[in-house]
Amino acid sequence: MFFRPSLRYSITPILHFQETRKNFMKITKTLGWLSILLLVEGQLTVSNARAMHISEGILPFSWAVFWFLAAVPFLAYGLYRLKKLSREDLSFKPLVGLLAAFVFIISCLPVPVPTAGTCSHPCGTGLSAILVGPGISILIAAAALLIQALFLAHGGLSTLGANILAMGVMGSLAGYITFRILRTFRVSLAVAGFLAGLLADWATYSMTALILTLGIRGDASFSSIFTKILIAFIPTQLPLGILEGAMTAGMVILLSKKRPDLLIKMRVLKSSEALV
Amino acid sequence: MKTSGKGTMVWLVFFLLILYPSYALAAEKAGKWPGIDESVVEKIAKEQGREAREPIINTDQGDLLLFVFLLAGAVGGFVAGYYWRRLISEKAPLPDQPEGLKGPRRELH
Repeated sequence: MFFRPSLRYSITPILHFQETRKNFMKITKTLGWLSILLLVEGQLTVSNARAMHISEGILPFSWAVFWFLAAVPFLAYGLYRLKKLSREDLSFKPLVGLLAAFVFIISCLPVPVPTAGTCSHPCGTGLSAILVGPGISILIAAAALLIQALFLAHGGLSTLGANILAMGVMGSLAGYITFRILRTFRVSLAVAGFLAGLLADWATYSMTALILTLGIRGDASFSSIFTKILIAFIPTQLPLGILEGAMTAGMVILLSKKRPDLLIKMRVLKSSEALV
Repeated sequence: MKTSGKGTMVWLVFFLLILYPSYALAAEKAGKWPGIDESVVEKIAKEQGREAREPIINTDQGDLLLFVFLLAGAVGGFVAGYYWRRLISEKAPLPDQPEGLKGPRRELH
């Protein structure tokens, strides 16, 4: 009984320190998230939503319908994959939710490129294709593009099919195939992720150039218009592709450290690699 | 004093938060940084005789677009943060992980 007061007094400062430290960490974490959110919002607001998607009315009606029809089988496959994965395992649901939000934010985030003096945005579909497969990634991109076309004056409803094909289908397939091929040759997760993100971005813009050329060329030669658009994209998309590659690699590495089990389940990582 | 990684990240984000948008905003006012939809897509389409139409729901009116983008950013940021937290707190054991390490490794609450 005589020892209790002294014991209490000796422990109190330690407990107090631990509690203060815990509170400080909580505040730091909250501020971190808040500032990231504000940074994203700030970035979203400074450029009046000007970015990359093909705007409303640019494509002739026949081409707009054609790209819609071309996108339908991919969307159907995405729905089938989502249903199948949902039936088999619900644990990947938060990953799909996270990627949907990520693709939506990233694909309407105008990033200023000082070397070109213009703004454009990454796509995020390379990352989503690596983590949940190209089918679901296409579906995620389609949902993001639809919301942007409806409410953000970003892209257009008549050009939705074309934008889905460029960003969703081409971006996802390029990212996924690059990543799988490189991983087959035992290339490290970081390098494979980087190149997948980079090529997903560049493939998206190459497809946009192709779609635009076919839609607007009129009597002009295909190669001259295609080259013109592609060359005009290069000063902006070259550095932005590198940024997207770095972002993709960073996210894959981060998830491989935080949730290796999930990446093993999605066949991104082998269990032997996760335990090293 | 040793600075933690998280602390550095927070300072870096604050630095970017203040400096970068201010720079971009100043450039925006000076008429720089057009999006490549404007500087490439719409420009080349116009040269070929195709012009962009107004969106069906036109939110590009005054500060309305600013509001819609802020709202979209906030909702998107919240959803991303929510699922990130769920993803990290629901950590499952690896298939070949030793018994002692199984189960969630830490809680965020």
